[in-house]
Amino acid sequence: MTAKNITDLSLSRRQLLKGGAALGLGAATLRLAPAWADPWGQSNAYPQGMVEGNDIALAIRRETLAINGRNTRPITINGTSPGPLIRMREGQNATLRITNLLDEPTSIHWHGLILPPQVDGAPGISFAGIAPGETFTYRFPVVQNGTYWYHSHSGLQEQLGHAGPIVIDAAEREPFRYDREHVVMLTDWTYEEPAAIFRNLKTAEGYYNFQERTVTDFLADMRENGFRETARSRAMWAQMRMSSRDIADVTGSTYTYLVNGQAPEQNWTALFKPGERLRLRFINGSAMTYFDVRIPGLRMTVVAADGQPVQPVPVDEFRIAIAETYDVIVTPEADMAYTVFAESMDRSGFARATLAPRLGMEAGVPERRRIADRGMEAMGAHGGMDHSDMAGMDPSSLAGMDHSSMAGMDHSSMTGMDHSSMAGMDHSSMAGMDHSSMAGMDHTNMAGMDHSDMQDDTSPGASEGDLLPAGDAQPGSQYDQAGIGIDPDERRILVYRDLKAFRPWPDRREPEREMEIHLTGNMERYMWSFDGKKFSEVNGPIHFRKDERLRLILVNDTMMEHPIHLHGMWMELENGAGELIPRKHTINVKPGERVSALITADAEGSWAFHCHLLYHMDAGMFRVVKVS
Amino acid sequence: MKTRIVPMASCAAFTLLAITVAHAEDGYDAQGDWPSPMAEHYAWAAGFDRLEYLFPGKGVEEALLWDFEAWYGGDHNRVYLKSEGENVQGDGAGAEFEALDLRYSRLISDFWELQGGVGYQGNVGSNDHPERFYGVIGLQGTAPYLIETSLDLKVSEDGDAWVQLEAEHDVRLTQHLYLQPRAELVASGSDVEEFHLGSGLNSLNGGLRLRYEITRKIAPYVGAYWEKSYGDTADMARTHGEPTENTGLVAGIRILF
Repeated sequence: MTAKNITDLSLSRRQLLKGGAALGLGAATLRLAPAWADPWGQSNAYPQGMVEGNDIALAIRRETLAINGRNTRPITINGTSPGPLIRMREGQNATLRITNLLDEPTSIHWHGLILPPQVDGAPGISFAGIAPGETFTYRFPVVQNGTYWYHSHSGLQEQLGHAGPIVIDAAEREPFRYDREHVVMLTDWTYEEPAAIFRNLKTAEGYYNFQERTVTDFLADMRENGFRETARSRAMWAQMRMSSRDIADVTGSTYTYLVNGQAPEQNWTALFKPGERLRLRFINGSAMTYFDVRIPGLRMTVVAADGQPVQPVPVDEFRIAIAETYDVIVTPEADMAYTVFAESMDRSGFARATLAPRLGMEAGVPERRRIADRGMEAMGAHGGMDHSDMAGMDPSSLAGMDHSSMAGMDHSSMTGMDHSSMAGMDHSSMAGMDHSSMAGMDHTNMAGMDHSDMQDDTSPGASEGDLLPAGDAQPGSQYDQAGIGIDPDERRILVYRDLKAFRPWPDRREPEREMEIHLTGNMERYMWSFDGKKFSEVNGPIHFRKDERLRLILVNDTMMEHPIHLHGMWMELENGAGELIPRKHTINVKPGERVSALITADAEGSWAFHCHLLYHMDAGMFRVVKVS
Repeated sequence: MKTRIVPMASCAAFTLLAITVAHAEDGYDAQGDWPSPMAEHYAWAAGFDRLEYLFPGKGVEEALLWDFEAWYGGDHNRVYLKSEGENVQGDGAGAEFEALDLRYSRLISDFWELQGGVGYQGNVGSNDHPERFYGVIGLQGTAPYLIETSLDLKVSEDGDAWVQLEAEHDVRLTQHLYLQPRAELVASGSDVEEFHLGSGLNSLNGGLRLRYEITRKIAPYVGAYWEKSYGDTADMARTHGEPTENTGLVAGIRILF
């Protein structure tokens, strides 16, 4: 680290100290009462600054700034990247004036906020965008509370650090209590230009993956599983022309993972007093990175997801998809430091912060886990039925079989199975099943994952008739699985099944109709789309009828996770929690998974609907939803 | 003359296909002067898959060999410039283009693109080499088991037809070190005296290269190759006092721009 960086660091530490000293005072000015007298005891040490009130002004520019001690050119908001914390209060009327000092158009989208379409901030859909030199004023009533974030919706600007956190204080008492709070915003920074990254992905898929399987891995697997099994598994992937190590498109080979703008070495520190209940507002504001977050030595209690209160879930670790937010409560009792460890899903890097009673304290940083192979994520994790003798079985005559009570089945060693003629099977309640490691399965028609012929109609398939009851999980959902690279036996992991709304949402109607949308792609050419068509290939928007109650089914035909985001309306994730299904603005869909959400289409206008992996969106995994 | 029409016509058809790419209409509430929410992206790539110096066995001169490819386009339609050739050292002649192709390419399935275009074989700089123009139809892509494949059918202006098949596969030894076996086959439909080619299987070429990726874009390599000519082609080689089989070493670099 250069001398300059140390100055920077000490400066930010001084600010932190100031923040620390004012931990009471800051809250006092916010509430006009001393912190100790405020049962909510709120304070915030977001190091990038905070803006609040009824009239907020933000200036967007591209300027030289040090990130992790190296001068680079992010897009800044009021001089910082990520931008300042916007703090608002439920019930207020927000006025946000955004001045574009870039030499290209920009925008800010208020991610997760329910607001009129013309202030949603998606250029080309709900407004023209903000031209260079122009000031655009967003005015809207703040009708919700919780943890959200904002980011550019123009081109690839989000990758340049054009993002920041939003905290909306509740008008009424929240269903949980805490003494102190901190925002933990995770981002992925690269010193490369985003356009160069996109081109690299387009011209050489796998460009950033330096964790591919090698001959050494093959030999190691052979020692463990024998030659036949290893060769069969490898041959399956090679035959499909895919990589089982394709976990993340853009990796730690170019990314520096940041907490509140600070690299792991800079170790952003949040203060607490032992015994206090801390609310940590986690926001995944990254462009392309799923994080697995844990605080060794502390159990976290998840109390809100995507800004909405959920029934408390104690966990040791949670996976946060791009654009999701989770609020957790921790209670560090000891006078010691704790590491907040946020590993990227592909294990190519990590973001790190410290919770400590005093500045300068540090705890150990855990070892990163090794990259997992696709198809191996839950091998052996499921007990119950053992089908290990089923090798060579031909289930082609199993049509019509009802597997409804086969929960917890282990298919991990069903080698040589051919499922090609299993039409008509009912898998509706096969929760917990893991087909991921069925070596030798015949997936020949899955190669390349381009399902463009599956739907010639430009509008997604919609059906009206016999529908599942509201809140039921779809066949093919994996809500109780943690996902790739996580061993649920190791620690308690948050899964979607755990999320239960604190109380039922207002609209209790059953869905009137269903709409099924497939998430599609072609890895080889880095093409991403819905229903096999990228945005430029579809005619017209997806139609929601005004005020209808709709079930949106998302089917992931690809081998990558996709965080799917709908603007303007909530998606009530049908995770099997009945009337307590959680509502979300971003739903992660695992490879091969089929999920559904209920939507109350009460927001008239046009809205963006897209994958929140920035380069997937830009490649065409994007649609417009029109409510009319 | 008639023979020239076939390849030209097929090229024209491909070009038409390239032009008639439909553009979607918006169909939502956006005002006319608003930008599209998502821009369509076009990309390009260019590079030398092989740029190598050949140290051949007895009876063959050292040579500098290149295998260049560049493309520009979208997801489905692309334009390719391809060139392969060598400059034999010490023969006083210029570089010989085995191929200099301009092709239109269309993605026809997840892993395969169909290409069509025109090409030139000969020497751009001098007139003392035989030369010919041809039309080409090619299939390029990734075969199962991750084998990079290209299959070209070429028909010359004189009506001579021949096929070229290339296949290569990367074996990853470490994250930066690759072992690449590759094979090349040429077969001809007729005798082409001036290029010393006979009908039937002309030649087989097998190679093994060990490549180190300093970055994804710069990768030096060393390797060895073996080649052999067959049938009438071998006879013609013997007539001209050239060896019909040869083994050599290569040192080169792969560069992507």
